[in-house]
Amino acid sequence: MTPGAPPANGERRLTIAEALREAIAEEMRHDEKVFLIGEDVGIPGGFGGAFGVYLGLTEEFGHDRIIDTPISEKALAGAAVGAALMGMRPIPDLQYADFLFECMDELVNQAAKMRYMSNGKLSVPMVLRCPVGTANRGAQHGQCPESYFVHVPGLKVVCVSDAYHAKGLLKSAVRDDDPVLFFEHKLLYGSKGREQAGGMDLTAHVPEEEYFFPIGKAVVKREGTSVTVVATHMSLYRSLAAAEELAHDGIDCEVIDPLTLLPFDEDTIFASVRKTGRLVIAHEDTLTAGWGAELAARVAEECLYSLQAPIRRVASHDVPLPVAPVLEQTVVPSVARIKAALQRCCEG
Amino acid sequence: MSTDAGVERAAPDGAAITAGPDAAHEVDLYLRMLMIRRFEERVYLLYLQGEIPGTLHQSQGQEAVAVGVCDVLRRTDWITSTHRPHGHALAKGVDLRAAMAELFGKATGCCGGKGGSMHLGDPAVGMLPAIAIVGGGNTVVTGLGLAFKLMRTDQVAVCFFGEGASNEGAFHEGLNFAAVQHLPIVFACENNLYGASTPFHQTSLVPDVAARAAAYGVRGEIVDGMDVLAVREAAGRAVAEARTGAGPVLLECKTYRFAGHSRGDVRGYRSRDEEAAWKERDPIVRLRERLAVTLDEGVLDAMDARVERTIDDAIEFARQSPLPRAEDALTGAYATVIGRELMP
Repeated sequence: MTPGAPPANGERRLTIAEALREAIAEEMRHDEKVFLIGEDVGIPGGFGGAFGVYLGLTEEFGHDRIIDTPISEKALAGAAVGAALMGMRPIPDLQYADFLFECMDELVNQAAKMRYMSNGKLSVPMVLRCPVGTANRGAQHGQCPESYFVHVPGLKVVCVSDAYHAKGLLKSAVRDDDPVLFFEHKLLYGSKGREQAGGMDLTAHVPEEEYFFPIGKAVVKREGTSVTVVATHMSLYRSLAAAEELAHDGIDCEVIDPLTLLPFDEDTIFASVRKTGRLVIAHEDTLTAGWGAELAARVAEECLYSLQAPIRRVASHDVPLPVAPVLEQTVVPSVARIKAALQRCCEG
Repeated sequence: MSTDAGVERAAPDGAAITAGPDAAHEVDLYLRMLMIRRFEERVYLLYLQGEIPGTLHQSQGQEAVAVGVCDVLRRTDWITSTHRPHGHALAKGVDLRAAMAELFGKATGCCGGKGGSMHLGDPAVGMLPAIAIVGGGNTVVTGLGLAFKLMRTDQVAVCFFGEGASNEGAFHEGLNFAAVQHLPIVFACENNLYGASTPFHQTSLVPDVAARAAAYGVRGEIVDGMDVLAVREAAGRAVAEARTGAGPVLLECKTYRFAGHSRGDVRGYRSRDEEAAWKERDPIVRLRERLAVTLDEGVLDAMDARVERTIDDAIEFARQSPLPRAEDALTGAYATVIGRELMP
């Protein structure tokens, strides 16, 4: 089905890019304090953001609320933090999550700490949208740096992987009074067709009527009894594919999309682990001190006696990202690697 | 602060600041500067006596900058400050008792003991918790200005920063962004010649920070930062420009810190002759001499004594104030808490 085509069976299927655009437009209509700020977001004849998410928004909201900036990540992040401190609700855009390192001070020292340092007198309601993920762009345009920010008290960290939750969570994030980093995978936008994502259908049902999905809530994407898999972004879909293959071997995987990494939805994840007794974590972020390590530690602390096998992690190997497809796909978690981890976890 | 000192502060507005201050206003400026000086001196002793924890970065000598700039601001205008924020806080109107209690680490402090010396501030009077990362305020302030522009208020934001920050990327990004967005901001540089121990001429071949404004199409101005009336006049022009949409402006105040960089600094990197030459230009002494032309020494001495009593009161308030509850350390990082409680 064409993304966004008229509903054939009562469903309205949108891509993540379309769902994000709807969420932003709805929130900008709802609250005049919401504005977009970033590089190449509203230039006439430009890109509508690096991945086309903003196409059409300038026509409705004008350049006062769709603000193009210099290539100046510290300034644009600082502008977002400062405006949020004054009661605005900015949605800054960094084009590539790799560029977050250009403005770590604004995010980690300022946005995350202002509320605490002011003893609760200030808050920083902003949503920083950060595209992540490998797409043959190499070491500086393909990282998944979510875990750096999971380490920062004062921030909230969200990872969306489908259009329904992308829209519901972005609307919740815009209305949240804390700074939220909102990580989206480049291959999942749906703006470049399904080939790049391995033939996946990148659309999901998005209702016409307004809805919100809460920060801090995970979803079970596939119910099962043999082993729990917690995975995000492309690793989520590869885990679902591995689960289908393993179903033929009698391994019944329960696949969870955590959606929020800071804070984790421990209730949903722990309940699943207690049911299955086994846990595999899959993410495209690198292995060492990735968010999977934190989740594994928490499960070990709270659910150790429910575990029937060691926790397994499948992550990008601890090297910078290469470009050549054969090299890149060696680094990131594949269906085969996830499947192998699941099989190993279910042995004995 | 001046209420504590017995002088009501005039509420300046943009129209009035082009005129020079009248005699009563000059007395007010004097009292403000003296309050900062005495505050810093007493705080240093309290630190040595172990009553104040942590470290201190003090601003003796730089009072004319804080007072001269903040005098032309409204309560609804905002400032960002640095690791050396005591003077800015008092000049912008942070309650003297609450500032002192914050340094003592007490629950009644303006940040409840969570900010301390380097993060002194109070949103109620238009001051963010001071930003102790060099250059940190230079980007955040653009958001303050952007919010004022988007909300179509006529508020102004002032970013205090040192000459050292002008070598940070943040200075350049913040100034350029403010310029292209035409933001109502005054970047107020306190050039005290040294970044910690390193002299500015060793870190920049451009001796004047204000000269860097031209690179961004911004008006830069240099003013004698040891003369509160000169600072006030220049800041008045800069703020008026910013308020009417002709900003931003970069105002460089040439000044000098009489104290060391932080509490343990014995200042071995600069000569006593240099220090003596700058102390000749002490902004408080200069204004007192000017006031002494029309006021009796006895009147001035009585003012000085009143400032001392006000600070005595603040110290006593801080001493008597309760400590924060230990468990409060674990709350307040989020506006909306999701998930498990932090306390076991």
